[in-house]
Amino acid sequence: MQQVPAIPDILKLNKGSASPRKFRDNLTVFLFLLPAVVLFLVFVLYPILQSFYYSLFNWKGFGPPVDFVGLNNFKHILSDKVFLKAIKNALLIIIFSLTFQLPLSLLLAVLVGRDLPGRVFFRTVFFMPYVLSEVITALMWLFIYNPDPERGFINAVVVLFGGTAQTWLATPELVMGAIFVALTWKYFGFHMLLFMTGLQNIPEEIEEAGRMDGANIFQSFWLITLPLLGSTIRTSVYLSVLGSIQQFILVWIMTKGGPVNASETLATYMYRFGFVRFQLGYGSAVAIYMFVLCLTFSLIYQRLTRQPDYLTGL
Amino acid sequence: MARNKFITRFFQYAILIIMLVFVFIPVILLVFGGLKTRGELLSHPYSLPVPPRWENVINILQQPTFWQMLRNSLFVMAIVTVTVVVVCSLAAFVFARVDFRGKTLAFNLFTLGLMFPINVAILPVYFVLRQMNLIDNLWGVIVVQIAFQLSGNIMILRGFFTAIPSELQDAAYMDGCTTFDFFWRILLPLARPALSAVAALTMIVSWNDFLVPLVVLNSDKFWTLPLGTMQFQGQYGSDLALVSAFVTLSALPTILFYIFAERQIVSGLTAGAVKG
Repeated sequence: MQQVPAIPDILKLNKGSASPRKFRDNLTVFLFLLPAVVLFLVFVLYPILQSFYYSLFNWKGFGPPVDFVGLNNFKHILSDKVFLKAIKNALLIIIFSLTFQLPLSLLLAVLVGRDLPGRVFFRTVFFMPYVLSEVITALMWLFIYNPDPERGFINAVVVLFGGTAQTWLATPELVMGAIFVALTWKYFGFHMLLFMTGLQNIPEEIEEAGRMDGANIFQSFWLITLPLLGSTIRTSVYLSVLGSIQQFILVWIMTKGGPVNASETLATYMYRFGFVRFQLGYGSAVAIYMFVLCLTFSLIYQRLTRQPDYLTGL
Repeated sequence: MARNKFITRFFQYAILIIMLVFVFIPVILLVFGGLKTRGELLSHPYSLPVPPRWENVINILQQPTFWQMLRNSLFVMAIVTVTVVVVCSLAAFVFARVDFRGKTLAFNLFTLGLMFPINVAILPVYFVLRQMNLIDNLWGVIVVQIAFQLSGNIMILRGFFTAIPSELQDAAYMDGCTTFDFFWRILLPLARPALSAVAALTMIVSWNDFLVPLVVLNSDKFWTLPLGTMQFQGQYGSDLALVSAFVTLSALPTILFYIFAERQIVSGLTAGAVKG
């Protein structure tokens, strides 16, 4: 609540002295916010703003940037096939996630339900990959996808069933699918957890009442549970899309964006130009495209779903 | 009816068990691989490690570099976690409980941080660290991890703090508490579960972070565990059993911590992502 100052207070303010109480509060606010704001401005906002400046130069990183190229970097990026491939791959991961990973997570959450014996055990196991580091996840899957059936488990299974061993991570047509399986392994438990919490917030009585009125399991799911789960689903979709846009470590360790850029993501593309080729101006421009993408998506999504929660807090 | 219920249960468990197998296979192959000798892993890649061979594990545990990485990871994690908990609870308190001019603006600033995770911002952040001479320095990793943990955790804590009834605050002020007294003596003790949730989440994120150490640290004496794990894999990649043992050992602390703090992690994540 904004306090409306009484007239005597205003008069006092004009003389330059606020009430002691007010003063103490303002000091508290200032001191309490200071560390967070300083850290945030110096290490989050300032870097982002600075990269706008660098993105206008052709700069190898030695000395100050001098070779001003205007918006050329931005134009180049848009005409680079590899960047377009990265965008395509981001879309691919998003589509995979929304059509496969999230429904799977929701199905599992519903299966576990409210009272299935072993519920907590399943949740604990399914969520475990989420807390393991991406490095460990990537290495595990690297081993599993080993093209030699004597070393890679997946090929061993394929051969066992009479198929031929595939080079999963080195075949352009297979690599995104293979990466997506690893991504699903790591993240489905997180979405399942969200859905389980969402389901728990739905009063049991509502579902029971529906069933009393003659709804079967599927009707009660489609007509009652799913709509009531709306806000959880929207959150899940939001996090999933943002996560897909900025996917990096898993891909970088498993394929480095290869073979021939087949699994390039926006973040691997930026990393390559920034930290491998040291084209820092160009890399900055890629970073800015990613910022714009994330920001635009967030704003549009929040407008569309009329759910301002992520922006204004919980 | 009873038969119907039985069939439903059967399908429920069937699907759940398939997923269980999916989750466990990579982990089990890794652990088993680490418990075999190099030769055994080549000749019997998918058999049980009977008898278990501890040579690789012991070999790694005897390397000082492994312990050095562990120390570095712990050092970074401890400082990041303490700082994040303190700084975020201060800021979250102000956003949840005090009115001041510019509050909305300040708050929206932090919500911007939610949209720019470190994966997107790493190159711009690298420039700033270079300007500040924080490259190849654990403190460079620490400040960046803290800064990128602020937004999310402030949101989580603000949610918890807002839920504490305002009558409590009125009563405290009536009894002559200052804003700080209220924060320190009443709010923080009440919010202990929220603080431990934030701490647990931050510990996991910091411990698992790979990108920031990868970009910031060059000297191997500073490597954290995930970075060291990657380098180890690059160096000994041909000895799959040894690498498996290393990866298993580097996963072990996380697994143990998860079993110990699952409740805190879960409550922090769901509070952060699910409304209400």
